[in-house]
Amino acid sequence: MGGLWAAFLDPFSYEFFVKGLAAAVLAGALCGLIGVFITLRGMSYIGHGLSHAIFGGYAAAPLLGVPVVLGAGAWGLASALAINAITRRRRVGADAAIGVVTTASFALGVALLTRFGNKGPAFDSLLFGSINGVRASDLLLLGGALALAAVVFTVLYRQFLFSSFDPDVAQVSGVHVARIDALLMLVLSVSILATLSIIGVTLVAATLVIPAVVARMLSDSFARMLWLSTAIGTACGAVGMYASYHLLIPSGTTIVLTHAVVFVLVLAGTGGRTLRRAAGLDDHGDVPAATPLPVGVR
Amino acid sequence: MSADPLVCVEGVTFGYGGTPVLRDVTCTVRAGDFTGIVGPSGSGKTSLLRLLLGTERPGSGRVVRAPGTAVSYVPQLETVNWSFPVTVGECVLMSRPAGRLLPWPTRQERADVADVLDRLGIGELSSRHIRELSGGQQQRMFLARALLRRPQLLLLDEPTSGVDVQTRHEVLHLLADLNAEGLAVVLTTHDLNGMAAHLPHLVALHQRVVASGPPAEVIVPDVLERTFGARMEVLQHLGMPVVVDSPGDVVLREVAS
Repeated sequence: MGGLWAAFLDPFSYEFFVKGLAAAVLAGALCGLIGVFITLRGMSYIGHGLSHAIFGGYAAAPLLGVPVVLGAGAWGLASALAINAITRRRRVGADAAIGVVTTASFALGVALLTRFGNKGPAFDSLLFGSINGVRASDLLLLGGALALAAVVFTVLYRQFLFSSFDPDVAQVSGVHVARIDALLMLVLSVSILATLSIIGVTLVAATLVIPAVVARMLSDSFARMLWLSTAIGTACGAVGMYASYHLLIPSGTTIVLTHAVVFVLVLAGTGGRTLRRAAGLDDHGDVPAATPLPVGVR
Repeated sequence: MSADPLVCVEGVTFGYGGTPVLRDVTCTVRAGDFTGIVGPSGSGKTSLLRLLLGTERPGSGRVVRAPGTAVSYVPQLETVNWSFPVTVGECVLMSRPAGRLLPWPTRQERADVADVLDRLGIGELSSRHIRELSGGQQQRMFLARALLRRPQLLLLDEPTSGVDVQTRHEVLHLLADLNAEGLAVVLTTHDLNGMAAHLPHLVALHQRVVASGPPAEVIVPDVLERTFGARMEVLQHLGMPVVVDSPGDVVLREVAS
């Protein structure tokens, strides 16, 4: 028993693991929180696309003599705003806009790396995430991004809720929908930038989408969904990071696999009944058949 | 004497990407109006509503709104995401989007939401998810959200589309009651018979204003053919025009006195 406990505590004796765990918890909470808005707006694919776009910024920043975080962040924000601007014109759907902007940015990053070599962070850790080498500055960036997201979503809660549910009516009710959309893109870009070294380019989308989908399966309330998604992201970050240490697998992989296990468990636990809620997350479709109400309610 | 104008549309041409859906449209919405905009799909009804609302700007001409006019809007039920995780109470409260730094409602806001839901007869449904409502209750919920802003003008996009006859009557009676209390109401529809029975004023629209006036002047074969592009029979029933599809020529006759 004592041996088991010692094995459990073993990773905590390493500073790199403690930092990695803190980073994973912060990243999980951050992605869980912002993922609610992303999935409800039908932009689940944006996490995947934007992480690829930011990869282009990582490749370009050192060549331009700009600090990597600053360059990649600006690149990511520019990509997000470009997607937002294209989507708002309503000629091109969000999924197509994300596909065009982000794959072009990713391709440019690959071209720059091939032509000039990698002068930034390690390629593998960017793709799949790593618990090695999490610095105090990384934690500061993650903490700052989480604080930014928490403040923005608290202070502008109703504006974000209204513009996610019904942007046209929100606009005429006094919500500056364009500003709210741009702000969401800013928070999302900063969040992806901050989490990229832990989760990795290829896997960050899952940490944005899965907690929100699971939360939607468990709740019909927007406010409760926010709390649940944040909590699920946090827990999956911690468990995934711990598994990464013991299984010697990149942290991004184990964190995403933990998310997937939670999804399957909730699906199995609810017998698939809740899947219908999540299936229509971004659906603006037909009028539903109303659930019969008790006599006298109408 | 005419009531004060709330919104004036003056010689407006409007389109998406170069193709005009409205040409040289002029109309005025006044305090106390209860108007239905009728026309086929693609006739520009929703575009005109959006211009009145202010979410679209005219290509040429101008839309002038009286200063301080509060306008509320009820969307088409078909465009709503019914899977969105929001309760009836949360949805109604959305129309108070600003002026508070904390997400949860104040006691006054909760009381206001309860009042408006009670007024529309759905007070006990506040904590229900929006998907659990019937068609009539869904319309009432969005009306509650619109009324919470205390508007002078209420715009509704196809409020009778996709609902059964009983719900249609329910909604139109409710709107008539609100109009009687002084609220100006403008709605779009392609449901001619429902409008003739309930609305005192109609605008027939097909890119241009084809006709404007009381139902007896607008629901006539000539106007309907120019608006909908098809011949229709107009019968008279209890003093109201009733439109039926016609396989051939227009027939205008008295059915009942």
